[in-house]
Amino acid sequence: MSDVERFLAMGGYARFVWPAYALWAAVIAGNVWSAWRALDRARTRALRRLAARAAESPDGSRA
Amino acid sequence: MNTATLQAPIVSPGHAAVVLVRRELRLAWRRWGQSLHPVIFFLMVTTLFPLALSPESARLRLIAGGVVWVGALLSSLLALETLFRADLDDGTLEQLVLSGQPLAALMLAKTLAHWLLSGVPLVLATPVALGALAVPASAFGPVMLGILLGTGVLSFVGGIGAALTLGTRRGSVLLSLLVLPLVMPVLIFGARAADLAIRGEPFSGGLLLLTAMLVLTVTLAPLATAAAIRICLE
Amino acid sequence: MNWTWFHRLASPPHFYRIAGQLLPWLAIPAALLLAGGIFGGLVLAPPDYQQSDAFRIIYIHAPSAWLSLMCYTVMATAAAVGLIWRIKLAHAVAAATAPIGASFTALALATGSLWGRPMWGTWWEWDARLTSELILLFLYLGYMALRSSFDDLTRADRASALLAVVGVVNVPIIHFSVYWWNSLHQGATVMKLGRSEMPASMLVPLLMCLLGSTLLYGALLCARVRAEVLERERQASWLSGLVK
Repeated sequence: MSDVERFLAMGGYARFVWPAYALWAAVIAGNVWSAWRALDRARTRALRRLAARAAESPDGSRA
Repeated sequence: MNTATLQAPIVSPGHAAVVLVRRELRLAWRRWGQSLHPVIFFLMVTTLFPLALSPESARLRLIAGGVVWVGALLSSLLALETLFRADLDDGTLEQLVLSGQPLAALMLAKTLAHWLLSGVPLVLATPVALGALAVPASAFGPVMLGILLGTGVLSFVGGIGAALTLGTRRGSVLLSLLVLPLVMPVLIFGARAADLAIRGEPFSGGLLLLTAMLVLTVTLAPLATAAAIRICLE
Repeated sequence: MNWTWFHRLASPPHFYRIAGQLLPWLAIPAALLLAGGIFGGLVLAPPDYQQSDAFRIIYIHAPSAWLSLMCYTVMATAAAVGLIWRIKLAHAVAAATAPIGASFTALALATGSLWGRPMWGTWWEWDARLTSELILLFLYLGYMALRSSFDDLTRADRASALLAVVGVVNVPIIHFSVYWWNSLHQGATVMKLGRSEMPASMLVPLLMCLLGSTLLYGALLCARVRAEVLERERQASWLSGLVK
């Protein structure tokens, strides 16, 4: 058994160890993606609001 | 006229609390059928288990402690929905908040009345459930005492949950989700004490722990309930 | 004591800026520590005498469990601060922490179960620690459910904050009762591998993972609270200066 194969086999416990690590990677990736998306979306919306307000004031249509 | 010019309440908080308890009892008496719903639910739930598992007395006796406690827990949750609903709808709750009395004292009164109205009937129904689960009569007393203490904790902790979920949509399911994790210790100790009593072993430790939990809850929960009511009404 | 730093931090524009500056300082060390810790745990650490390679799950399970508890503490503390001093930003911190804590609690449960299967032979065992984690997950879910059931943001903040505080008072009671309950039934399973027995080659990656996870939480928090600030401070004029 080569070293790589031995590593992947995890002493026979591969079907427990690797899913655990996969879940961990998924949770971290999910959290990072979710946080990034929240910030990105909030920033876009805030910029849009600012642009809308800047467009209104020169017209003087809103105080 | 602003609130600063209102005079101090002429009734002491203790007296106000007693008046509130009496009012609750009187109102419930007029519709005494409503108080029975949780009891009927409790009896039905406990009968489900022999039907679902097996009618063997020995087996039933093994699970009786747990079954009775889970039944009491679920029935109490059911009863909690009526704690503030009527008062919110007819404006009494706002009057209580504005009354100038310490809101925590009034909340203590309300939950105490609720315990009397929902917990005590459950305690009285417990021997019926226990009998159905082949439990010897010698164990009835200790288990009933445990259920009495436990329903007290459930009423008070549940009061916090009921106040927090006032006027939200999907109130009742949310209420269960909020209250159940908080009362799991009660379930653990209460069911354990009931089980010990049914087996004829010393159970006083569990009952003492339940009493301690009840004391802790009665002192702290009304404060949290009052805070929650204020949050939901402001 | 000079409290101006606290009040300044509670001001949304300052927090937004500080969080933005802090983020890389948290995220990069977190990534390095986690990568190094996982590598050390998976590759470098020797197999355990009793559990062979299955013990390697500890490098994920222990940090998740740690995060689940830490997040709840942060959430409850922020909630209390928000309730007592009426600081909106504290509520934002609590709200941002909840999903992070809940996801890591679920991960702790899943990895605990995966670790338990080879060790105890069953997918689930009412081990005291796992049961406490399960109840903690319910507390998180309750918090998030309560938040989402309100239309008014202020009410949502304050009601869920009260729930978090009530929950945190309960956490020691829950832990104590679950441990006691478990000890009655001769819980076969205490997760072995107490830290004092661990050699350095096993311990160091674990510490790296623990620290890295904590920093990761900090980075996620900065990002999420910045997003909350932008959403909440809709009319503020400072936005035009900072948001580019």
